[in-house]
Amino acid sequence: MELYEKSAAELGRMLRAKEASAAEITESVLGRIAQVEPRVGAYLTLTEETARSQAARVDEKLAKGEALAPLAGIPLAVKDNISTKDVLTTCASKILYNYVPSFDAFAYARAMEQGMVLLGKVNMDEFAMGSSCENSAMKTTRNPHNPDYVPGGSSGGSAAAVAACEAVLALGSDTGGSIRQPAAYCGVVGLKPTYGSVSRYGLVAFASSLDQIGPVARTVEDAALLFEAIAGRDPMDATSIPHDYTGLAAGIHAPVQGMTIGLPKEYFGEGVEEETRAAVLAAADALKAQGVTVKEISLPSTPYGLAAYYIISSAEASSNLARFDGVKYGYRTPEYSSLTEMYEKTRSEGFGDEVKRRIMLGTFVLSSGYYDAYYKRAKLMQNRIAAEFAEAFAGCDAILAPTAPGTAFRLGENYDNPLKMYAADVCTVNINIAGLPAVSIPCGTGKNGLPIGMQLIGAKFEEAKILRLAAAYESLCGGFAPAAIVD
Amino acid sequence: MAYEDYEVIVGLEVHAELNTDSKIYCSCKNSFGAEVNTNCCPVCTGMPGTLPTLNEKVVDYAIKMGHALGCTIHNVCKQDRKNYFYPDLPKAYQISQYDIPLCEHGHLDIILDEEGHTKRIGVTRIHIEEDAGKLIHGDSFQGSLVDFNRCGVPLIEIVSEPDLRGSGEAKAYLEGIKSILQYLDISDCKMQEGSIRCDVNVSVRKKGSAEFNTRVEMKNVNSFSGAVRAIDYEAHRQIDVLESGGEIYQETRRWDDAAGVNVLLRSKEDAQDYRYFPEPDLPTIVVDPQRVEQLRQSIPELPNHRLLRYMKENGLPYFDANLLVENQDKAAFFEAASALGKVSDKAVSNWLLGDVSRLLYEKNLTLAETRLTPEKLVEMIALIESGEISNTAGKTVVEEIMFTDATAAQVVDARGLRQISDTSALEAMARQVLAGNAKAVEQYKGGKTNVLGFLVGQCMRASKGQGNPAVLKEMLTRLLEEM
Repeated sequence: MELYEKSAAELGRMLRAKEASAAEITESVLGRIAQVEPRVGAYLTLTEETARSQAARVDEKLAKGEALAPLAGIPLAVKDNISTKDVLTTCASKILYNYVPSFDAFAYARAMEQGMVLLGKVNMDEFAMGSSCENSAMKTTRNPHNPDYVPGGSSGGSAAAVAACEAVLALGSDTGGSIRQPAAYCGVVGLKPTYGSVSRYGLVAFASSLDQIGPVARTVEDAALLFEAIAGRDPMDATSIPHDYTGLAAGIHAPVQGMTIGLPKEYFGEGVEEETRAAVLAAADALKAQGVTVKEISLPSTPYGLAAYYIISSAEASSNLARFDGVKYGYRTPEYSSLTEMYEKTRSEGFGDEVKRRIMLGTFVLSSGYYDAYYKRAKLMQNRIAAEFAEAFAGCDAILAPTAPGTAFRLGENYDNPLKMYAADVCTVNINIAGLPAVSIPCGTGKNGLPIGMQLIGAKFEEAKILRLAAAYESLCGGFAPAAIVD
Repeated sequence: MAYEDYEVIVGLEVHAELNTDSKIYCSCKNSFGAEVNTNCCPVCTGMPGTLPTLNEKVVDYAIKMGHALGCTIHNVCKQDRKNYFYPDLPKAYQISQYDIPLCEHGHLDIILDEEGHTKRIGVTRIHIEEDAGKLIHGDSFQGSLVDFNRCGVPLIEIVSEPDLRGSGEAKAYLEGIKSILQYLDISDCKMQEGSIRCDVNVSVRKKGSAEFNTRVEMKNVNSFSGAVRAIDYEAHRQIDVLESGGEIYQETRRWDDAAGVNVLLRSKEDAQDYRYFPEPDLPTIVVDPQRVEQLRQSIPELPNHRLLRYMKENGLPYFDANLLVENQDKAAFFEAASALGKVSDKAVSNWLLGDVSRLLYEKNLTLAETRLTPEKLVEMIALIESGEISNTAGKTVVEEIMFTDATAAQVVDARGLRQISDTSALEAMARQVLAGNAKAVEQYKGGKTNVLGFLVGQCMRASKGQGNPAVLKEMLTRLLEEM
């Protein structure tokens, strides 16, 4: 097994045992990138020099016998909407094609404090709007399991890079499923943390009340390690909530016997592919065999979540993206004769179709006379969905559901059908709306040879519980399966 | 055409910059006059990914103002985004408060005249918000530049009910608001630095009518005198339109103070839809009710109340009371002196606003920087009132007791300033003065009785200020008649 295929936990052990140096690990992954990147297309910016010098620093520390943080020397890919000082942060948008932040995002800074090694910035749907990575203005990212298929989105680059072993770990962001859905499509582990557990400072906002940064990994333990590193109260983010996750990663292999999981019937009905349903139910049975109680539950407002999500997220996006106006940074249209024309042309030329669609949708729902009918009602629905989840968690430790209705779709298949594209988020958006943590893990393979994913949803700040269940299932079923693109 | 047939209805939106140490949503210094674009950071310039965090001092200051204006305090409230595009607004939205302001339903009693008549003006709401940057235009460069230093400077917006009638009341209201801001020490109130600005809403109606007509909003009013000019101009414009059979449209006009006119900025059809919605980056504001109460108790007596009290309880004229109230140090000094109950309040006020203020001004000092105490001043005034020293001698005494540790009595003794009450000594002096001023005596005899003042002055000089001028005047008259 090559170094680039190994987990962060294993590489950490090897580093400390002097079985591998941080430089060797980094070179192994950089070599892998050189080898498969032309077929995957995950990276927008590679930071090889930074990576090599960061790895060298870890090796120096090791040589001096200094203590290392758990993730020291582990190569990391970062989604391109997470601010990295002095490194391009484009959000895969033409409007930010040349934008270089002057500061680090909190979560990224935390990862760097660990001594992690930055490989580069990875592709995404423009401003995290999309479910396939096809909305990137920069490049096409392909599913490592089959290059004709999408990697999912919006954190498609993060999931594809980790699945193709072009990174050991990646940071993504999840507003309506953007970590979990690509993790499911690419057959890796993706955790969307509790809203408020990871600071959003430096994450270029899409929908402020829903966005959350989280880890993408090949093992549950690795996801837990990265999550533990980036979680914590940040005084720069007023929505960040203090919660002590110390010992989370160390505790994920605790027995699951006696735990209860709920299967919400609304997530297994019409629209969910049969093979997906069967795979998730089989996973429930496997957990049952480990002493987990499985029961059917109901979350009746589930069908309304998608509409509420697209109203709230688009409303916030229309405001968050208004600052990209060509005045201070980023793209500005070359020719204009008035301020208004500069705004109009810059934004018309700088944003892609999907982003414009959401800005128009969001602008509409916030408009005078429509606010009450759309935004206000969506917020009411949000409260109801959150209340239903809270009620459900009174009777179970976690909720198990498919991450997406099916496996990855073909490149271009849904591109001209936004509504069909939006439907790919039907299983994930309600978790964001309720601010809950959820982890997606692979649970089988579809007829097309592509991974099927399931998500374990927890009550607020109960990441430990869902990761424990995910780890138990992972050890039962063998975990990550190498992607076909290797061959 | 009769402008007097119309009543002018005014409502004001006052924006006051708060003088907190740091800005409202970041830790940048809140100060005026820094080098362009040096007093800003990624947060206040709205760089992608940055987030606001609320400076709680801003909430405290706004609540204080709310208490001062008798508002209901919404200790649980939220902040909202007001969305619009402009180059001085780097996030393309202003964080403000929309449907739940921090303070609501208050009032200000304005003083209408020197008799102390008041009128209660309703205050609709007070909310907190952030200021925008400034566009810079110049001859040395093309286009416009932006200075972001002012971005994120904390503001309170104080909105009045349309209870003001005419520019006079508007001015009294603005002065009332300003003096409260100063009393609470929450705003620098420097008009020339733009720390208080206002939007003015004006409508007119025929006197006797109870209905409000369409109002026009005026922006860019940057001084109180400008507000008066803007209101008068707009009222006349509207009356002219109505009198010539025209109609007033709901619109926003821009006041040009230099030209003394306003111009149409936008009509109702072009009114911006700000698409307000709750700011998702900031949690609900929750202020402990105990804190709200604590802030209420920290409110000092307010200037208008104090002014009326000085008029009614201390018998001071409006002019004196107003001058004292403008300076909290002097007001406090006055009250301490008055509380001693030994001399007339009017005399205390005269000395404070007269010689004491003049000396402070000349030496560029504050009252606290001198050795003057209410006890020392009162002792001196008592010496005058009892006739032991003259008013003229008092002027010498006050300067000494202000800048040394000496008491009035010590100064009087040391300098021999005690008034001469011995009439025989005075008479001898008076006779001498008359003998030495034969020409003046001649003039007096010729009917020019006003030389008497000159002769009294000569006697005062001869007595080194110790003569009692009243006694001297009487004595001189008698002696002149006898001659």
